[in-house]
Amino acid sequence: MTNGFIGGIHPDYKKTLTADKPIETLSYEKDEIVSIPLSQHIGAPAQELVKKKEQILCGQKIGASKGLISTNIHSSVTGEVISIGNLNSPLTGKVKGINIKITNPDDPPKLIDTSKKFQDIILEAGIVGMGGATFPTHVKLSPPKKIDTLIVNGAECEPFLTCDYRIMLEHTEEIVKGAKAIQEKLKIENMIIAVENNKPDAIQAFREFSKGFNFKVKELETIYPQGGEKQLILSVLGRIVPEGKLPLEVGVIVQNVATCKAVYEAVEKGMPLTERVVTVTGAVKEPKNLLVKIGTPVTKLIDVCGGYLGEPEKIVIGGPMMGMSTSTADTPVTKGTSGVIVFRKEDLPNLKMTNCIRCGRCVKACPMGLVPAIMEQFAISELYEKLLDWHVLNCIECGCCSYVCPARRPLVGYFKTGKRQVMKIVKERENK
Amino acid sequence: MSENKKLLVTFSPHIRDSVQTDKIMLNVIYALIPAIAVSIYYFGFFALKTYILTIVFTLAFEALFLKIRGRRITLDDNSALVTAVLLAMNLPPSSPWWLILIGSFIAIVVGKQVFGGLGQNPFNPALVARVFLLISWPAQMTSWIKPTPIIENFNFDSISAATPLSQAKTELISNGKILTDFSDTSAYFLGNVGGSLGEISAIALILGGLYLIYKKIISWHIPVSYLASFLLIIIPYWLFFPEKSLSPFIHIFTGGLMLGAFFMATDMVTSPITKKGQVIFGIGCGVLTAVIRLFGGYPEGVSFAILIMNAFVPLIDYYIRPESLGEAKHV
Repeated sequence: MTNGFIGGIHPDYKKTLTADKPIETLSYEKDEIVSIPLSQHIGAPAQELVKKKEQILCGQKIGASKGLISTNIHSSVTGEVISIGNLNSPLTGKVKGINIKITNPDDPPKLIDTSKKFQDIILEAGIVGMGGATFPTHVKLSPPKKIDTLIVNGAECEPFLTCDYRIMLEHTEEIVKGAKAIQEKLKIENMIIAVENNKPDAIQAFREFSKGFNFKVKELETIYPQGGEKQLILSVLGRIVPEGKLPLEVGVIVQNVATCKAVYEAVEKGMPLTERVVTVTGAVKEPKNLLVKIGTPVTKLIDVCGGYLGEPEKIVIGGPMMGMSTSTADTPVTKGTSGVIVFRKEDLPNLKMTNCIRCGRCVKACPMGLVPAIMEQFAISELYEKLLDWHVLNCIECGCCSYVCPARRPLVGYFKTGKRQVMKIVKERENK
Repeated sequence: MSENKKLLVTFSPHIRDSVQTDKIMLNVIYALIPAIAVSIYYFGFFALKTYILTIVFTLAFEALFLKIRGRRITLDDNSALVTAVLLAMNLPPSSPWWLILIGSFIAIVVGKQVFGGLGQNPFNPALVARVFLLISWPAQMTSWIKPTPIIENFNFDSISAATPLSQAKTELISNGKILTDFSDTSAYFLGNVGGSLGEISAIALILGGLYLIYKKIISWHIPVSYLASFLLIIIPYWLFFPEKSLSPFIHIFTGGLMLGAFFMATDMVTSPITKKGQVIFGIGCGVLTAVIRLFGGYPEGVSFAILIMNAFVPLIDYYIRPESLGEAKHV
C-alpha cells in the first residue's frame, strides 16, 4: 500500500498573517471576568463542583469528569464565582458555565497530584485533543488493542491557523517529551512526528531532537485535510482506517502537538490544562498568536489585537474549513479554540447558489472517496438508507466538497445533519 | 462595531474556491471562440445571423419559462448562453429563422425547463433540439452551403454543397460503394468543408477542447475514450473494406465528431460524474457513433450516440462508484 492521499484541496493558506508572530502571553487585571464552560469536550459535560460566591484558586478543579467519555475542568484564574449560568457557544448556542471574577491575576495554577497512573494524571489535568476535536485524551490513551505507532500531528492543514506552528517552534522540546511520555507509558514501538512541508523550520526543529529522542520526522505534502486522522495515517503509514473505526483499529494513535505539550506539562510539572495558544487573525488590526486562559472572552482577544479592521461580518472559532461561526464575540475561549478569525463582508466568498451542474469537483476533492453530488440528492430526499449505503458515515466533515462546489451547494452541511439520521438507522439495525 | 450587530452564522467551510457556475459556463463559451471565428470566416453573414438569432431566442425562452415556473430569472448563470451557442453550431448555416425559433424552444423548454431547469435535464438540450429538427425538417437540416472566405461572400447567395459524410453515405446506398475521391484532406482540417456551423473546423474545436481540459473545466476522459473507441472500430473496417468507408482521417475531422467529443458529450449535466463512469460513457458514444456512421441510414451518428448514452448516465452513476476509503458493507 502506497501513501495514497486522495482528493484534497489547496486553499489560500493566509498563514503569513501570523506565522512570524511569537506567542504572546495575555495579561489579566483584577476584576476581569472569565467564563468557563462545563462542556469543552466531546462526551458528557463535567459536573460543577463550585457554588456562587465561592473563592477559588487558579488550577482548582471546578468541574468533575462525569461518565466514561468526559473530563475535568479547572479554573484558569484565582477569583470568586459570581454566577453559574448559560454562556454563548458557537457549537450549541448555549452551554452551562461558570463566571469567575479575578482577584489575583498573577496566581500560577495549583498543581495536580502526579503520583497516579499515567492516564489518571491526564484525566486529572483535563486534557483533550487540542487540534479542535476535543476528544478526552485519557480515553484515547487507554486503547483496548496493541498500538505500534504514535503519530504526532503537526500538519496544521487548516488555513489561517499558526498556533501549532508557533508551539512547534517555541516549545519543540516539550512536545517531544510529552509524546515520548505517551510512547513509553503505552509501550508503543514507533513514534513519528508529521509536519506539512510549508513549515520547514518546524521540521528542522524536530529533526534536531530526533536522534537524541529516537523518533522519526515525516515531511508531509501541504494539502488540506492532511491533518485529518485518517488522511494522516494514510500519508504516514499507508494504512487505511476502516469506515466507522478509530485509528487504534490499525494500531495507531494520533495526538496533536499542542496536546503532547499539555501532556508534558501535566505529567512533568503537574499543570492542569488552563490555557492554550489561539491564533487571532483575519480582519483585526494586528493579528497575533496569543497564550490565553481558558474562559477568556473572544472580545478581549480582539481588543488585544488592536480591534476590528473594518466592519466584522462573521467570526469563526477554529479554522475556516471546519470551524464554527459564532453569532457573538461574547463567547469564551475553550480547550478546543485553535483560532479566532474575523471576516469582513468583502473577505467572504460569494455564496450565490445554483442547481448542481454535476461538474464532479466534489468527487475529485473528497479525501474519503465519496460522491457528494449524488449523496446530496439522497440527503435532500431524506433517503437515509441510501445515504448509509453511499458511506456517509465515512464522511470526515472536512468541507472540501462545499469548498470546491461552483454551485455553492452546502454539501457538507447536508452530511453533518444526515449522519444523525443515518446513525438512528444503524442503531435500529443493531437492536434487531 | 456597533454593540448589537448580528454576526453571520453559516455552516462551515467559511472560505470557498473562486470558481462558480457562471464562470464555468463562460469558459465553455471562451473555448468555442476559435470555432465560432472559423465559422464566421467561412459562412459570414449566415453564421452571424444564426448565432444572433439562436442566442436571442434561447435566452428569451429561458427567461420566459423561468418566469412561468415562478423562478428567479437566472440568465446570469450563462447556461442558456452555452446551450444557445452549441445549438447554433449544430445548425446548418443557411437555417431559416423559424427553424432556429423552433430549435431554441425545443432545447430550452423540452430539453431543459420541463425537467426542472439547470442541472436537472437528462439529455443534452442542444442535441435534443438538433435531433428533433433533423427528424422533422430533414431537408432544411441537411442543406449545406459551400464555405467561402468572408472576404468573398458579401453576396448573400449561396451555392449548395454536400458534406463528405452525406455524399459518401448517398453513394454507398445507391451504388454499394463510395465513388468520389476524398483524398485531398487538407480542407477538412481547416474548416473549408460543408457542414453545420460547428462542424467545419476540427482544429479550432480541438484547440477549444484543450483549453477546457487545461482550465480543468472538463477532463480528458470522455474525449479520449470517445475518439479512441471510435477509431478502434473505424480503422479496421476501413482497412478491410476501403471502398465502403471513408478514411479514418475524414471520419475524425468532418461531421460532428470533434464538437461532440469535446463539447457535447462532456456536458457535465448529462455525463457521468466519476472518471470511471466517464470512460464507460465515452466508449459507448464512440462505439455507437461508429456503428451508426458505418451501418446506419444517417450519414452522421454523433447526436444519436450521445443522446443514447445520456440515457445511461443515471445508471452509470449509480453503479460505478469510487471505492470509499476503508468502506464497510451496509446491507
